[in-house]
Amino acid sequence: MKSLGSIRRDFAPWNDPNAKPYIQFENVTKKFGEFTAVNNLSLTIFEREFFALLGASGCGKSTLLRMLAGFEEPTAGRILLDGQDLRGIPPYRRPVNMMFQSYALFPHMSVEKNIAFGLKQEGMPAPDIEKRVAEMLKLVKLEQFAKRKPHQLSGGQRQRVALARSVAKRPKVLLLDEPLGALDKKLREETQFELMDLQQNLGLTFVVVTHDQEEAMTMADRIAIIDKGEVMQVATPAEVYEAPSSRFVAHFVGNVNMFEGKVAERAANTTRITGTTGAQIVVENSTDSKAGSDIVFAIRPEKIKVTSKKPADAVNALEGEVYDVAYLGDMTVYHIRLDDGQIIRASALNAARVTEDPLTWNDRAWVSFRPDAGVVLTR
Amino acid sequence: MSNIAITDAGPSTAAKPLLTRLGAGFVSRLVIIVPYLWLLFFFFIPFIIVFKISLSQSAIAMPPYTPVLDFTDGISGFFAGFRELSFDNYVWLTQDALYFKAYVTSVIIAAVSTILTLLVGFPIAYGMARAPATIRPTLLMLVILPFWTSFLIRVYAWIGILKPEGLLNQLLLSLHIINQPLIILNTYTAIFIGIVYSYLPFMVLPLYSSLEKMDYSLIEAAKDLGCPPTAAFWKITFPLSLPGVIAGCLLVFIPAVGEFVIPDLLGGSQTLMIGKTLWNEFFANRDWPVSSAVAVILLLLLIVPIMLFQQAQARAQEQDK
Repeated sequence: MKSLGSIRRDFAPWNDPNAKPYIQFENVTKKFGEFTAVNNLSLTIFEREFFALLGASGCGKSTLLRMLAGFEEPTAGRILLDGQDLRGIPPYRRPVNMMFQSYALFPHMSVEKNIAFGLKQEGMPAPDIEKRVAEMLKLVKLEQFAKRKPHQLSGGQRQRVALARSVAKRPKVLLLDEPLGALDKKLREETQFELMDLQQNLGLTFVVVTHDQEEAMTMADRIAIIDKGEVMQVATPAEVYEAPSSRFVAHFVGNVNMFEGKVAERAANTTRITGTTGAQIVVENSTDSKAGSDIVFAIRPEKIKVTSKKPADAVNALEGEVYDVAYLGDMTVYHIRLDDGQIIRASALNAARVTEDPLTWNDRAWVSFRPDAGVVLTR
Repeated sequence: MSNIAITDAGPSTAAKPLLTRLGAGFVSRLVIIVPYLWLLFFFFIPFIIVFKISLSQSAIAMPPYTPVLDFTDGISGFFAGFRELSFDNYVWLTQDALYFKAYVTSVIIAAVSTILTLLVGFPIAYGMARAPATIRPTLLMLVILPFWTSFLIRVYAWIGILKPEGLLNQLLLSLHIINQPLIILNTYTAIFIGIVYSYLPFMVLPLYSSLEKMDYSLIEAAKDLGCPPTAAFWKITFPLSLPGVIAGCLLVFIPAVGEFVIPDLLGGSQTLMIGKTLWNEFFANRDWPVSSAVAVILLLLLIVPIMLFQQAQARAQEQDK
């Protein structure tokens, strides 16, 4: 069975027409004065989903999160949680908890007091609080730091305290605002997997806001790409990457090469495209565009093969010159200037230590790719 | 390791960094010395003079006390004068209930006014700290603005407002809220109003600086964890503004205890505050030794609790680390 990407997902309520939505944004608009932060946006999130809102800063993703937490009210539209309209419910009565970007740990309280804060508000009996706090400390591996104050902890430890505090109340939904933004790269990668395990073990619904596509791709079941307060695409990481719905998404997530051209000829499964400079390519996955209409073929760098001689069996092969090479260890990135002037980015996984056909600057080279290696975009 | 280096390299190279170290130490010590010298010349020496006068006896002379310690009679004369010093004036302070009452009233009035100033100042400082960043400098300016007018004139102005036929009574009468003028001037109420008004900036500024530093997302976090706004204020905002609260309270309480102008102008003749008592002893009775004793006791009364408090705070900070 074929599938997009290399992961088979068994948890996919979004494909089940009978699945009950858990969080619903219905035509939500949020304006700050003249500025529209969120524009008539609709979105559905399912129970136990790890959902990521991905976008550049200022795109409105944090506003969405703050509306869910109750710090902002929508100007129009409504937000439902488990069927209940959240309008007018103050943040302190919503069954959601948030992990703040700045962590917002209370500086005058010890780690355990920070974690116990929400439980005390709930009126939980003291022995139960103690038990839950101990459990949380164990979960984030901070048992021996219980009595410390936040300023005596490292950045990574603070992040874990913030996490423990926000899940201590067992909220229906945990909101995470750039949860790993302040950590260094190595710690960030470790923590990504820890967060995923935590979400699995606690069985919570996570909504995470991030501007880091790798973070979103690693952790999320589905990603919503947000731009200028609107949803560009909602899909699994593999779909977003392998089947972006628009040029914006294709450009926003990962690297991409774009062939601009017109539809030359359409067959049953394939479309022949004439590039703006005359090069001809044949692709699958085409839309029902008529002959002569404008079209873009988007292809990821790793799906392009670079060789010094023209591959015999290739359907699509274009000739050019090596313009730049970068050896990154795990892979090599080539920039090939085609004879029509377009620069193509291609990358090759260095699966072997020894390369048969090494290339260098200014070598003649061929780029080739399968007809199903990219997607046709009309938007 | 360093021992070996010194024996190997000889004393000349070892002495050089030592000298530079001494030099750096000297400069940094010089910087610290300046405030100490200031304190020595403008606080400690005057205090010693006042303390010495408090141990002397009142006399009809110029200066109005004996002995005058100087060297006109040589070293032996100086020591003869030294033997005449006594704690009689301090004993006298305990014998006349007037002084004790004046101290107690002053502390109570200062304490009540400090609490009132805090109650008035906190909302002002909070409002300023939460105001848009663009208008904060203007608000700060407005708080400091009254300092540009003489303190004395501003207190005089309050007489015009508070007197029976003053602005306040006229306003309340014309609005038919009251039928006869309120007697505020020459009461403790007027003193409270005067102190709260005069010292408000000293409360607002430290409060503002501690509230302004506070990260507002802490309040959001508290709300997010189920804390209603008023509870969030008492559990987060107030504890975090405590350094400002303490600084503001000390800045108001200390000068308020010794306050003389406000009780004299607004409180009338019957108010018993230590600053006024001191003024009377000094200018009306011309009893320099007793008024000096009053001043020394006042100083101890203020300094001892503050020092104890600061020590406790330093210890708490030490434990935090």
